[in-house]
Amino acid sequence: MICNACGQNEATIHLTEIMNNQMVEVHLCESCAEQKGSDFKTHFDFNKLLASLSDIGVTGRDEAGEKLTCKTCSMSYEDFGRTGRLGCADCYRFFERVLTPLLKRVQRELRHVGKVPAKATGEMKWSVELRDLHERLKKCIAAETFEEAAQIRDRIHQLEERVKKSDKKQK
Amino acid sequence: MEPTKELNELLTSTCEWLRGTGPENDIVLSSRIRLARNLSGYAFSERLEEARQRQLLDEVEKAVVSLPMLKDSYFFDYKNLKDLDMQFLLERHLISREHAADQGERGLAVSRNEVISIMVLEEDHLRVQVLQSGLNLIEAWRLVDKVDSALDKRLSYSFHESLGYLTACPTNVGTGLRASCMVHLAGLMMTKQVNKILQALSKLNLTARGFFGEGTQASGNFFQFSNQMTLGQAEEEIVDGLDRVMRQVIEHEKEARSHLVEKRRAKLEDQIWRAVGALKSARLMSSAETLGLLSLMRLGVDVGFIKNLSKKNLNALFLYMQPAHLQKLSSVTLKTAERDYKRAELLRTRLKDVELV
Repeated sequence: MICNACGQNEATIHLTEIMNNQMVEVHLCESCAEQKGSDFKTHFDFNKLLASLSDIGVTGRDEAGEKLTCKTCSMSYEDFGRTGRLGCADCYRFFERVLTPLLKRVQRELRHVGKVPAKATGEMKWSVELRDLHERLKKCIAAETFEEAAQIRDRIHQLEERVKKSDKKQK
Repeated sequence: MEPTKELNELLTSTCEWLRGTGPENDIVLSSRIRLARNLSGYAFSERLEEARQRQLLDEVEKAVVSLPMLKDSYFFDYKNLKDLDMQFLLERHLISREHAADQGERGLAVSRNEVISIMVLEEDHLRVQVLQSGLNLIEAWRLVDKVDSALDKRLSYSFHESLGYLTACPTNVGTGLRASCMVHLAGLMMTKQVNKILQALSKLNLTARGFFGEGTQASGNFFQFSNQMTLGQAEEEIVDGLDRVMRQVIEHEKEARSHLVEKRRAKLEDQIWRAVGALKSARLMSSAETLGLLSLMRLGVDVGFIKNLSKKNLNALFLYMQPAHLQKLSSVTLKTAERDYKRAELLRTRLKDVELV
């Protein structure tokens, strides 16, 4: 068998890789395997793939043709296309327009449910809990567990009252 | 200064996840949950200047050592570690390949029983991980949640109202949670059913990976299954979802094994006996070959063809036969060919008393 990488030498190292949840066999000669290291990486570039999932593709320009850049860490969207990693927390804000379609494709929903840091502000906590409760309410109604649904509804009212009050206070 | 004493303590102790005591441990080697966290006020790891990295590392170290549950833990500063030490930690599944290969300031906190580990300045500032023996995802979640909440009191996490915990890669944003199980699917491999399982998994938004995580090969019939999505589902739901799927995979593997024992006994016995023969007598042994043979041996123990070999000792071999462990055990640097010789010697010695039923 001939090496898959150089196409010249006899392949002596046989790897089974998982790509896209399929097992693929890779055959390499010793020198190619050494070059690639024992951790022979998958062939497609995950980062490019990730960036291409966003509608803007890898060009990263806004409507005016200007380069999209994070004002906090000065990372450009092009950089993100290359590395697949954002530069700082604010990149999420500056690249929102292009990240949203990407997130829609790689994630289940666009809204977080679940754990919230203890230090998050009261309102932030309430808003996450409210979303959680609405989800659970829907499930309870579908499953016809009305007693639990009533309890959840009460808690929703309670939280909504609190949010209203704190809104007034702020005004 | 190299933390030789600490590394040697790790080398000679059996980490919790290799004890082989957890539920369903004949098929599930370990369960792991990790949380990706970043601190507010710092750029993400890759874009952080070295001086700021140092600051962050110190801040995290201070927070970690003050946690009662991590009181006796080890804290490794990577500037004191050699490449071999990093490879050693990688082989123990305490750190990722990326963390071992990255440049710049990095660190690792590990509890003594190696159940809790915290990688500092990986792709994200913190990767908080809990590793348990067998199928134990629910317990792993409980523990990692506790560690995370304790750290949350001392550090300030980067969090967004609708996107949740912010991470360097958008594939981790939200809960930042990746739950995974390392499973030994020798029966499904032999009956050529694994691809069916892998395909079904992708429909359920689960991913399969090799023995050492992302981008590694599936060897020795070991697979890592994990959740793909991190945003839009609460932690308990993600963990519970994987747990349910794992229980089904386990059932399929059990069926495949009993089919092999009942219908293809002679062939199975032959394969396992040959593996034992090779492990007990070979003079040169590569790590890839060893992994394959040990996988067969593990199957032999599970179906009752092999006696005088405990799960703990068997699991230890999976660790000891790897390059960095082999070199640490022999206290010398060894080239590939020398390692193959040492590895064969180690296997012969440790499997001396193993007998076939």
